[in-house]
Amino acid sequence: MSELHFPWLALSILTPLLSALWVNRLRDADEAHKWSAVFSGVTLAFTVGAWQDFFLLGASQASDGWDLLSPFLGWKLLVIDEFSAPLLPLTALLYLLTAIATLKTKIRRFSFAGTLVTEAVVLALLSCQEPWAIIVLLALPTVPPYLELQARNRPTRVYVLHMAIFVGLMILGWAFVEAEGRQRTHSLWAVLPLLAAILIRSGIAPLHCWITDLFEHATFGTALLFVTPIVGAYSAVRLVLPIAPDWVLRSIGLISLATAVYASGMALVQHEARRFFCYLFLSHSSLVLVGLESATPIGLTGALCVWISVGLSLGGFGLTLRALEARFGRLALTDFLGLYEHTPALAVCFAITGLASVGFPGTIRFIGTELLVDGVVEIYPHVGVAVALATALNGIAVVRSYFILFTGTRYVSSVSLRPGLRERFAVLTLAMLIFGGGLFPQPSVESRNHAAAAILRERAKRDPSLIDHEVPEANPDESPPMRSEEVRHE
Amino acid sequence: MFEDFSLTTLIGFTVLGAPALLMLALGLSSLLEWPGTERGIGQVSLAAIITGLLAAISMLAWMLITCERHESVELGHWVVIPDYHFSVKFLFDRLSVPFAILSFVLCGTIGTFATRYLHREPGYNRFFVFFSLFVLGMVMTSLAGTIETLFTGWELVGLSSALLVAFFHERSAPVRNGLRVWAVYRVSDAALLIAAIVLHHLRGEGDFEMLFGAGTWPLEHTSLPSSQAAVVGSLLLIAAMGKSALVPFSGWLPRAMEGPTPSSAVFYGALSVHLGAFLLLRVSPILDVSLSLRAAVVTIGLVTAVFAVLAGRVQTDIKCALSFASLTQVGIIVAEIGLGLRYIALTHILGHACLRTLQFLRAPTLLNDYRTLENAIGARLPRWSGAWVRLIPEHVRVWFYRLSLERGYLDGWLSDYIARPFLAVFRWCDAMERKWTDFLSGGESRESDHVRPSLETLDDLV
Repeated sequence: MSELHFPWLALSILTPLLSALWVNRLRDADEAHKWSAVFSGVTLAFTVGAWQDFFLLGASQASDGWDLLSPFLGWKLLVIDEFSAPLLPLTALLYLLTAIATLKTKIRRFSFAGTLVTEAVVLALLSCQEPWAIIVLLALPTVPPYLELQARNRPTRVYVLHMAIFVGLMILGWAFVEAEGRQRTHSLWAVLPLLAAILIRSGIAPLHCWITDLFEHATFGTALLFVTPIVGAYSAVRLVLPIAPDWVLRSIGLISLATAVYASGMALVQHEARRFFCYLFLSHSSLVLVGLESATPIGLTGALCVWISVGLSLGGFGLTLRALEARFGRLALTDFLGLYEHTPALAVCFAITGLASVGFPGTIRFIGTELLVDGVVEIYPHVGVAVALATALNGIAVVRSYFILFTGTRYVSSVSLRPGLRERFAVLTLAMLIFGGGLFPQPSVESRNHAAAAILRERAKRDPSLIDHEVPEANPDESPPMRSEEVRHE
Repeated sequence: MFEDFSLTTLIGFTVLGAPALLMLALGLSSLLEWPGTERGIGQVSLAAIITGLLAAISMLAWMLITCERHESVELGHWVVIPDYHFSVKFLFDRLSVPFAILSFVLCGTIGTFATRYLHREPGYNRFFVFFSLFVLGMVMTSLAGTIETLFTGWELVGLSSALLVAFFHERSAPVRNGLRVWAVYRVSDAALLIAAIVLHHLRGEGDFEMLFGAGTWPLEHTSLPSSQAAVVGSLLLIAAMGKSALVPFSGWLPRAMEGPTPSSAVFYGALSVHLGAFLLLRVSPILDVSLSLRAAVVTIGLVTAVFAVLAGRVQTDIKCALSFASLTQVGIIVAEIGLGLRYIALTHILGHACLRTLQFLRAPTLLNDYRTLENAIGARLPRWSGAWVRLIPEHVRVWFYRLSLERGYLDGWLSDYIARPFLAVFRWCDAMERKWTDFLSGGESRESDHVRPSLETLDDLV
């Protein structure tokens, strides 16, 4: 396996982890805010370094540089591949923008140290391919939101119930997989718990109520950062996709497709902005899962492209709503608010990120949606067009919320509500990425296509009969992808 | 030959590049909150449109001189991966070139008109940003050589139209109407997207040249069997119905008149209302294969024309009356397309768009025009009604009057039988979810219920 030239991954994880200790000691919320943004920025730089180093290596997988832990563990702990490489800077960027765009009115309620710890855990999750480590790293980020809900005296039962079942099913399912060994197909005892766990974590209907509940009771920033990295789909790719038979994937795909349409319809009838965002996000993340479970090169490529675009566009969309909430409190979608005049930059950002999320031409999601619909229709010829329906409904929901929040009346305010320099930086960064990725999509789509091919090769290696589609050949110069057991035995 | 190719590519690129640069310039300056002066914005817009127009005319001249009836300009693959490619290709033929020139001429006229009409309007810059989006969308749709490129332009036109209907956004009525327009357009977009996907799966191509053979418009043909053509054609027809406000989607057209007069003129009087007809012209080889599809196109066109005549006669607002007059002609144009009269349909579009633009631009001074005419003839303007009207019983006339005044109850029908039941299902689901989370929480689970009480319901927005 190739090795990165520098311990980028370890630094990406250690920086937020250690800085959390420092930030936690700070008594001044302003200082905590400032240092949190600085350390998140440094973390982003390390993740970009890892991505670029990996890109320049031209390998399909690479372990972290100067890996000091592998001699003790016997296997490579931190590994990056084509699938996870861009997800690292994307996640780090979301954390950075969230830290930067936190307004002074909210900095006392928002736990910067907790957020840095969560960032470290999520980055570790994305840098890890060892199944048990993935399960542990999936379980750990569920704790900070619980602590926050408790600290704010909010109900925790819905969240705790779902997360406990999720973690329990993950452990149960993978224990069966391990017990059954490397065989052609695993029993339902192994597959069904994993399937159910993925459905819960991804918020697939009817197991999605914990996400709406989290958005109801947690701070917007915490809820946003908990869902936007789409770790449910990540665990599906790492744990389920390589071992699941076709029928399981088709089942997840169909349920996810139904959820995408259901959530887009639900987004239309919500009376409050957070719930609206939550359903919009659920619809899009379900579409990612639909494409992933199609297990075709085009569908998978589309899903991975949509994944990146959902992170950017809906991450930005959520941050815009959060910025509005910081100014006006929780936002009802029952009356026209007419905020355009006071916050034109936020209105533009809301429109750009919202339209980007539904795949408007010229934005980063456009090609991803085309690929996704193409791939899904190939697998589900009769119901695959539901993706187009979900996209249409989401488009209506986004413009409806834009009109309600920013137009329809004249908002009177005696103080300036315009975004500050930090928020403007966040807006421009997102706009640049959304349009840059939309106007020049080839590098991103090509990279996602390679990642899709690698995932399918992995699946084919496990059992060639599991796939019924032609898998693109690997570059002969590249080392073949390895399963974690093989890496361990190296 | 290579030099010829380079020249046409350069010209083609200029036709597209001018509006694209305009949109980029205006969009970027807005994003950075550096809006230019009114004069600057007007001049940049006009310069871009004139550049595009001159390039389009140059292409026409080139094609006339070289007797080329069909010139394709390929800008290469935007995205290419194994088993998938997205080509950016533009067609210059006897359908697209006149339509592109028409778009530039009318947009140039309207742009110039708008610089005066919207003088000192707070949303002056915003208008021109949306306007540039519209121009780019129109030109892209007109010249699209693949269904994907056409879809791209189609969506740009849809968004800019909806935002311009809601241009006076400090009032609620334009916003509600803008959202209604957007909802119909999204249905239309979804139909076009599905048609594109179905075409891809049937033929593995979205390229019009590949789909319709080597013939030049209007002499192309397709090898799609009748049954497949009926499926694809039906989806394209739905897309065209939404965009051109054909029955039963006609309700949004008068609502669109909430926008400023320049946008009403260029969008709903002249250009975007013809876009559905243009789409049908572009895919007319598909219509040719299926007789039932052609019959459906003719029927929808004629029903729309009759409906628009009736509704237009009872309108009390000049812009609404003109919009229904427009729709009457669009209905006839669609019927002409269904009958295979393609040149007549294209000529009809060109003439009608120019006439209607002029009428819309004169609309704000209509009363003054009437007064001038009446002063000149020294009497009230005569009102004609046919003698046949007296042959119809009064209760039938009243019934027709009410039907026309309510615009065929089309809006109400769509709301009552499609939008409301659809939303009611999801509201019921929402209520069930509330019960479920309340049960799991052991109490009230929604903080959002206490977010500011609603003063006014927005149920009818969708």
